[in-house]
Amino acid sequence: MLGRTANGLYWMFRYIERAENIARLIDAGLRMSLTRSGASDEDWDGVLHSAGVREAYAEVHARLTGVDAIDYLLRDRSNPSSVMSCIEFGRNNARMVRTALTRETWEATNECWMELKQLLARKVKSPDLPQAIDVIKRRAGLIRGAFHGSMLRNELYNFARIGTFIERADNTSRILDVKYYVLLPSVSAVGSSLDNVQWESILRSVSAHRSYSWVYDAEYRPANIADFLILNGQMPRSLAYCYEKIVSNLHYLEKEYGERLPAHDTADAIRARLQTMSIQEIMDRGLHEFLELFVSRNNQLSQEITEGYRFYQ
Amino acid sequence: MIRADNTPREPYKDYFDWYSGQDRGHLIGKSQDAENIFRKTGITFAVYGHADSSEKLIPFDIIPRIISAKEWRKLAQGIEQRVIALNAFLDDIYHKQEIIRAGRVPRELIERNTAFLPQMIGFRPPGGVYTHIVGTDIVRTGEDQFYVLEDNARTPSGVSYMLENRETMMQMFPELFHLNKVKRVEDYPLLLRQSLASLAPPGCKGKPRVAVLTPGIYNSAYYEHSFLADTMGVELVEGSDLRVIDGKVKMRTTRGYQAIDVLYRRVDDDFLDPLTFRPDSQLGIPGIMDVYRSGNITIANAPGTGISDDKAIYSYMPEIVEFYTGRKAILENVPTYRCSEPDTLTYVLENLADLVVKEVHGSGGYGMLVGPTASKKERADFAEKLKAKPNNYIAQPTLSLSTVPILVNKGIAPRHVDLRPYVLVSDKVQIIPGGLTRVALKQGSLVVNSSQGGGTKDTWVLED
Repeated sequence: MLGRTANGLYWMFRYIERAENIARLIDAGLRMSLTRSGASDEDWDGVLHSAGVREAYAEVHARLTGVDAIDYLLRDRSNPSSVMSCIEFGRNNARMVRTALTRETWEATNECWMELKQLLARKVKSPDLPQAIDVIKRRAGLIRGAFHGSMLRNELYNFARIGTFIERADNTSRILDVKYYVLLPSVSAVGSSLDNVQWESILRSVSAHRSYSWVYDAEYRPANIADFLILNGQMPRSLAYCYEKIVSNLHYLEKEYGERLPAHDTADAIRARLQTMSIQEIMDRGLHEFLELFVSRNNQLSQEITEGYRFYQ
Repeated sequence: MIRADNTPREPYKDYFDWYSGQDRGHLIGKSQDAENIFRKTGITFAVYGHADSSEKLIPFDIIPRIISAKEWRKLAQGIEQRVIALNAFLDDIYHKQEIIRAGRVPRELIERNTAFLPQMIGFRPPGGVYTHIVGTDIVRTGEDQFYVLEDNARTPSGVSYMLENRETMMQMFPELFHLNKVKRVEDYPLLLRQSLASLAPPGCKGKPRVAVLTPGIYNSAYYEHSFLADTMGVELVEGSDLRVIDGKVKMRTTRGYQAIDVLYRRVDDDFLDPLTFRPDSQLGIPGIMDVYRSGNITIANAPGTGISDDKAIYSYMPEIVEFYTGRKAILENVPTYRCSEPDTLTYVLENLADLVVKEVHGSGGYGMLVGPTASKKERADFAEKLKAKPNNYIAQPTLSLSTVPILVNKGIAPRHVDLRPYVLVSDKVQIIPGGLTRVALKQGSLVVNSSQGGGTKDTWVLED
């Protein structure tokens, strides 16, 4: 397959994953502003930080307001990570690799773009927001479903999956890093109601507020929340889970091509760390430092894959 | 399709029996379904120069255009003859130029033409084939009267519409295909791939690797490029994927560079090789012409084929066909006035209201004047352009084009059409029974180009 095709698939799925994650972040932000008495627009500061666009936002808007933040995250074309930008980039990549996609996958992607283009043509009124977010998540789900149901399990599939999980690991680690201080044990051992709201918001950002209760007996504890999002191998947005998938897809490529690249060593090393460390160790050494290192290692892996599989040259 | 006595022509009989039993509202609903299918599939094209230029749909009319087996046989013979002549003509003008020496075509018309590529002189492409894929534009003016409008020997587009239109019709009206025995067009991608592979260069060992070269996703025909690569099962490449290594054109894959043997390029000559043609081209492959000339890749269609479908050459086609095949052309040429000749120019200027004037190198319906429907001012403005650069134009009488029915809100209405059958050339000439029917959707309009608001129809050639 062409290096450019691998690149296109990788980024198509990174962007679709990102669009969905941004929608989740907005959802969590909305929820927070609803459930907290005296909610302030400052809550959106954290959301913009998690999305990695706080500084870019400040270049466009002088003041931080919920309405502007939501609009910036949803549909501002000048924001390369807005939902609309991501879907547009994702679909452009899909068009570029059209011959590598099944008809179902392409049509799901194209229809997603068609619907969102219409949905996000104008500012979304606040009563319509929950529904709009729902549409985004559902459309992304349809793409994923068509992809899983119809694509051959070959190298094309591997590159798409690697893109998905590199992006997801990046998103989860950013969400945690923005809020790491509310998870520090020194803040409090038993959550105040304010803490509970913060913690729930983290879980909600990764659609894990329900599943958390099943795994950890419905009791919010910072170490458990961190454990769930970092080390729990059953949680589909945890760093450990993402790296299971990245490693296994990279190993298919290694076997198929008969070629081991630096990317394989990097991915194996990151996974080994996630497998052997305990959450206590991570907290003791510094959650923030751990996450910072993780994000940079994750980027390094992306770079090595890009070079190793000749995405650009 | 309707005779003077208001009965349908023979090939339409079964269709009409069916049509008269249909509910019109239901059929109009089906038209909407068809549009949704096209939109969802992304069968779109870009119109250059529009503000919201992103993606447009070509309107699709659900009433098929039907051609009988007998009518088709005549067309096919005529097309085959013409395509053989085109290839012979190309081989001749890039070699001995006998047709020029025989005084049948003026030398300066060839050698001063920008579509004539000196780089091709003395070079014979693998298998001696120059135009691997041809799309001959044909119009009908009477029951047995067909004219060729254009030969399209460079990179004819639209074949994906022929295939998608059929696919859509079969999905929406399966019963019609039981009532009518329609010849298959679906094999086109397989035939195309076999045809291209059979003309691999002599240096190719083993199974030839074919690829489609596209300018990229912003090109107006990108959908078609990806469609053809996909249905042929070959890679869709861009210039940036390709590089000349060790005298071969190779594509960058995830495992390293792999050689390509046959390149079906949908990039114009000018952009093909920045070392040979336009140096600013980002779409081509530096050095591909050297690889080509040393016999290590087949380029389809060959560079320099544009000289054979140039509008100035067109007027010589009857002579060209006769010169190389030894017989009179089966299909007629539309009488063409060469504005470069002073007497003719005077005639054209005096009769602008009755003529269609086209740019010699134009395509897509841009830069032309349709005399009968143009305003006085438009004609006067055009006359100035014509006087300033007469060499740039040819003129033709407006033909009384045949009409076929389309579905409108009030039922059916007649509209003008043309037909573009697709031809594959290898050691044999294969004409796909069908083609792209383009239809002028505006009442009375003669312009069928999609860039000018034309639509398309499925085209049926019936079995005997």
